[in-house]
Amino acid sequence: MITGLHLENLAIRRGERLLFAGLCLDLGAGEALALTGANGAGKTSLLRAIAGLILPHEGWVRFVGARGDLEPEDARSSGIHLLGHQDGLKSAGTAWDELLFQVRWTGGTEASARAACRLLDLERLLELEVRKLSAGQRRRLALARLVASPRSLWLLDEPMAPLDSERRHLFGHLMGEHLASGGMIIAAVHDPLPIPVRRLDLVFS
Amino acid sequence: MSGLWILFRRELGQTWGRGGGPVLALTFFACVATLLPLAVGASPARLASVAPGAAWLALALASLLSLERLFERDFEDGTLDLLALGPAPLEAVALAKGLAQWLANGAPLALLAPVVAVALGAGLSLVPMIFTSALIGGLGLSFTGGIGAALSLGSRRGGVLIAVIVLPLFAPPVIFGAGVIDAYASGLDWRPALSFLSAYSLAALALGPLAMAAACRNALS
Amino acid sequence: MFQALANPQRFMAFSRWAAPVLAVIAAGLLGWGLWLSFSAPEDYQQGATVRLMFIHVPAAYMAMFCYACLGAASLVGLVFRHVLADAAARACAPLGAGFTALALITGMLWGRPMWGTWWVWDARVTSVLVLFLFYIGYMALQAAIDDETRAARASGILALVGLINLPIIKFSVDWWNTLHQPASVFRKGGPSLPPEFLWPLGVMALAYMALFGALWLVRIRAEVWRKRAQSLALQAAG
Repeated sequence: MITGLHLENLAIRRGERLLFAGLCLDLGAGEALALTGANGAGKTSLLRAIAGLILPHEGWVRFVGARGDLEPEDARSSGIHLLGHQDGLKSAGTAWDELLFQVRWTGGTEASARAACRLLDLERLLELEVRKLSAGQRRRLALARLVASPRSLWLLDEPMAPLDSERRHLFGHLMGEHLASGGMIIAAVHDPLPIPVRRLDLVFS
Repeated sequence: MSGLWILFRRELGQTWGRGGGPVLALTFFACVATLLPLAVGASPARLASVAPGAAWLALALASLLSLERLFERDFEDGTLDLLALGPAPLEAVALAKGLAQWLANGAPLALLAPVVAVALGAGLSLVPMIFTSALIGGLGLSFTGGIGAALSLGSRRGGVLIAVIVLPLFAPPVIFGAGVIDAYASGLDWRPALSFLSAYSLAALALGPLAMAAACRNALS
Repeated sequence: MFQALANPQRFMAFSRWAAPVLAVIAAGLLGWGLWLSFSAPEDYQQGATVRLMFIHVPAAYMAMFCYACLGAASLVGLVFRHVLADAAARACAPLGAGFTALALITGMLWGRPMWGTWWVWDARVTSVLVLFLFYIGYMALQAAIDDETRAARASGILALVGLINLPIIKFSVDWWNTLHQPASVFRKGGPSLPPEFLWPLGVMALAYMALFGALWLVRIRAEVWRKRAQSLALQAAG
């Protein structure tokens, strides 16, 4: 269980370009952060660096648990959900099979997957192949993974873009519950999130 | 561990099911074998002398076919991100993928290999040996090939690139695999060749996942 | 020495005079080596064609030596994530491929009068051919990935895979050769060479080494300049 995230003097480079440098940030349990900034400012890269997929050019990402610092590998293998533009759902599989694999792989169970489907109103879609889902339905299926397998840090890249206003409201509610149970959220967004958040604006360095 | 088992079963299903699964590789194998008599002539004596080697060559080529999909799809659709954040390290993920590739692709090819060799004129007595060598060698081909597949992630023109990277590395298993059958057919001691082949495959099994995982991390970064 | 050269600026300062010095040494040694080669007595069996040996054998050594350099540079590049090591690996591959091609071509030219054929599927020839193909694959991988850092890592991993695999390939090809051609053209242990042949061989080997060093430094310098030009262009673009 991750209860705190610290970015210390973080710098990220893509190719020859330095996206940003000297980024410091502390996030505690129950806090949410909205990342804003122009296209190419490094929002996605920052999320991927926190997830450990990108090595920072300088600085550290530290995870804190109930009993002090966590090994980054342990924190990432059991404490982080990353939901980016690609959701990892195979278009040929049925929605249920794809979701069930993702949920089990990230530490959830079949029962929790069922519950998440009820919550996100997915039950009628489960027998369909993923390729037949609309963008919004597909995103809801991806979001079901976050709800079904409990991981404390959610890293979301434009999570609400394909959702309609009703579903946005629902997702806001789910995010609120996650925060209330001690979770953390960092979301790269263009539109404001429907929950109280801190904001971090990434500007070109 | 249970997470890895889930992944392995899924990979097996994916490899078996995606794009026609092993049927495509098997058909390709049969096609290459069919072209051989057309290229070198149908004289039984000539064909029989090259049958074991030709079967092994076709096997190596056929095992290249499905490599492109081993990581590429997962890389493009974001599954690899998910796998990197799972309960098992990417090395274990690569191991599961390689084993699934071997079982769903290498094993069917190993079953077809004796049929192809016999059709080309190899003796029936060679059948068990051809199957054994193809099965053991297939393990090495899967894991060596997997390295090429992981390295070419994110590159332009993956398929041809994988072949160019991987085929030189296929020299030892082809030599030892065809050598086993050759030695057995001519009544020589075939055990050294089979031990070399097994050693190669085990080394690929042990070291391949390390290289694949490193290559995947690099592609994701 | 390595520590000091790891700093790009110091490397540029060092290579600025080291490259021409090595080039001069290479030219001198090449001249001396060629003179020795042509003044060496003719072999009683091979006649004048033995002189091809002085070009061919050192090239074959260099083919492997370059690979060792490539492997070492790749290892340093992967472990320490050092830009200069990546540049060194990148600069090394075409040189290695060049020496390997030289070894193959001179081998064919030598094989024609000696064995009566341009090409023999001999163990050594086959190993060198596989090495050549491997160099090509390495360069193809590097060229196919757009992002340079990622290309350097991927090809670095491939170089290490090759470092483990090439000896295995060499062994398997040797084994294959004993299986298919019991009477090899080369005697086991190699023919013992008279000293008047050893001298030109040694000098030519040193000349190749110096030539490789000079070319390698020049190519690494070119890599560094290219990177600088690129980042300047990026800066100018905003």
